[in-house]
Amino acid sequence: MNSSTYTPGPIETTLRSVRDSGRKCLVPYITGGLGENWLASLSAVIDGGADACEIGIPFSDPVMDGPIIQQANDIALEAGVTPQSICSDLRNFESPIPLAAMTYYNIAYRMGHERFANMLKEAGISGSILPDIQMDESADWITTANELGVENVLFAAPTSPDDRLARTGDMARGFVYAVGLLGITGERSRLAASAVEIARRAKEHTDLPVLVGVGIGSPEQAVEACSVADGVIIGSTVVRRLVDGRGADSVRELIADYRAALDSAYPGTDSAA
Amino acid sequence: MTMTDPGPTGRFGEFGGRFVPETLVPACLELEQAFADAWADQTFRDELDGLLRDYAGRPNPLTDCPRLSEEFGFTVVLKREDLNHTGSHKINNVLGQALLAKRMGKKRLVAETGAGQHGVATATAAALLGMECMVYMGEVDIERQKLNVFRMKLLGAEVVPALSGSRTLKDAVNEAMRDWVATVEESHYCLGSVMGPHPYPFMVREFHRVIGTEAREQCLARHGRDPDVVTACVGGGSNAAGIFSGFVDTDAELVGVEPAGGAAVGDGIPGVVHGMLSYLKQDEFGQVLEAESISAGLDYPGVGPEHSYLASIGRARYEQVTDAEVIEAFQILPRTEGIIPALECAHALAWMSRARDELAGKLVLMNLSGRGDKDVTQMMDILDL
Repeated sequence: MNSSTYTPGPIETTLRSVRDSGRKCLVPYITGGLGENWLASLSAVIDGGADACEIGIPFSDPVMDGPIIQQANDIALEAGVTPQSICSDLRNFESPIPLAAMTYYNIAYRMGHERFANMLKEAGISGSILPDIQMDESADWITTANELGVENVLFAAPTSPDDRLARTGDMARGFVYAVGLLGITGERSRLAASAVEIARRAKEHTDLPVLVGVGIGSPEQAVEACSVADGVIIGSTVVRRLVDGRGADSVRELIADYRAALDSAYPGTDSAA
Repeated sequence: MTMTDPGPTGRFGEFGGRFVPETLVPACLELEQAFADAWADQTFRDELDGLLRDYAGRPNPLTDCPRLSEEFGFTVVLKREDLNHTGSHKINNVLGQALLAKRMGKKRLVAETGAGQHGVATATAAALLGMECMVYMGEVDIERQKLNVFRMKLLGAEVVPALSGSRTLKDAVNEAMRDWVATVEESHYCLGSVMGPHPYPFMVREFHRVIGTEAREQCLARHGRDPDVVTACVGGGSNAAGIFSGFVDTDAELVGVEPAGGAAVGDGIPGVVHGMLSYLKQDEFGQVLEAESISAGLDYPGVGPEHSYLASIGRARYEQVTDAEVIEAFQILPRTEGIIPALECAHALAWMSRARDELAGKLVLMNLSGRGDKDVTQMMDILDL
């Protein structure tokens, strides 16, 4: 459990309050800068009922991502999207839900930890998710992130032994990202057994909300993962609609479907809040 | 101390480390421990030495080059890694990793390849030890190295095109890492150079140390002294690391030669990709740039972290040569010594050719890390003979 004391940021506060109400957290991912009017996609995610949103900052070599998010990355990069342009777009967007930047470590390293953290904050982004820098290499970045108030999410993988899960729980902020399966992002036809198992194991080692991501492909799978997890992250299934050009309305409907399925299975109680 | 065990952090000065997804950390730790155990185990060492001797053909010779030396105006000796089984130095590392993987109970080898030399070597070791083999190769490289693709298939490996990004070596590494993330429990990632997350840069250099150890003894026996200069081409940098490791504690100058279009050390900007902190060709935002080289084996925007370290402390220097210089140099060795070099090695020859004045009168040892048969089809289109 968390040995250090700190003031929870907007992501942790929001997700905890969803959990405390007995409901489950829904956190979609969209690729920043994908399409000229990409902020409409963010609005659609919000309107559909997301509790928080991950904004992908495209990177040239996304090793944790499958074909759909790779393709979205490439489209955005070819259109000239940069970390700065995404953050600049967001400065004019008042998001009612907390946002986290999902990208790869070299983007932060190249810019410098402090500049990167400040750029996120100025864009109204509360958290960071960097899948290719595990906690043993994260000390410098986490120190800066904590000092400047950026909630840095850490990963719990099916392969992580208990001692690493415990350290993840200690060092993570915002939430713990439980990797649902051995593999990269993308929808799967059924939920991996490892998804529920890693959520269960991660929760033994942290009081932070534990959200399952990677491999959630349908509202039914989201409901199943949430039998233990505090919520789900959905990425490729959302981005597929954007890449296919199905537009913001389609995204709003998709998020609303997930929201409805989760709320129906886990309606919560007002008194619990 | 340089070119020794970097310890548990896997850092060479500030470079190196283990920048991988959490999913892969336990596999890296397991590999680090398994390598340490195996490397200290005489049975493992004897088994590997036996394969290197009876299967790969080690020790390979050191060859004097009287006619080339006369043309260049300094004494050139070649370490003949091109004479190894499969045609390059890559077999040293692959036999070591495949034996280690087998010892760890893994049934499947995953590899990336650029020119195809590492892919062929991995497919060979997999066949020898009865393991499955999956090789990722950039679509562009598959086209320009058809011969090696066929060899890999003949050896029973599955060759999968990497279709993303620049569709070359960098993207093949991405695809191999994605495979490894998904199959980490049954697969060993047989990384082909002194790059990637700890322990790979250290482990791969140790598997190639035999190049430097042999060359130093052979040079001493033949010329009665250490060379003045030791040179090798550098993409990821495995053949250079192997030969440098034998001379890092001598007075020999160490010179790595990079392609101008993939000069990670030459650009001198540190970055993180493929599990390591090292010099990396990248833009102002940290997006990795595509390398451009005539040689598929050097077409890589990064470099092994120990090379970044050797450059940063001034122990080794790194020169850059253009494709045009390489094409010119490629033709010198066949004409003067009857040896067709790999295009990768032609980079070191190109630098030597350019540096004739500086090298006048010296004893220069070059690692001829691979033979040029694989490049003949490509060069037929370029040279009008």
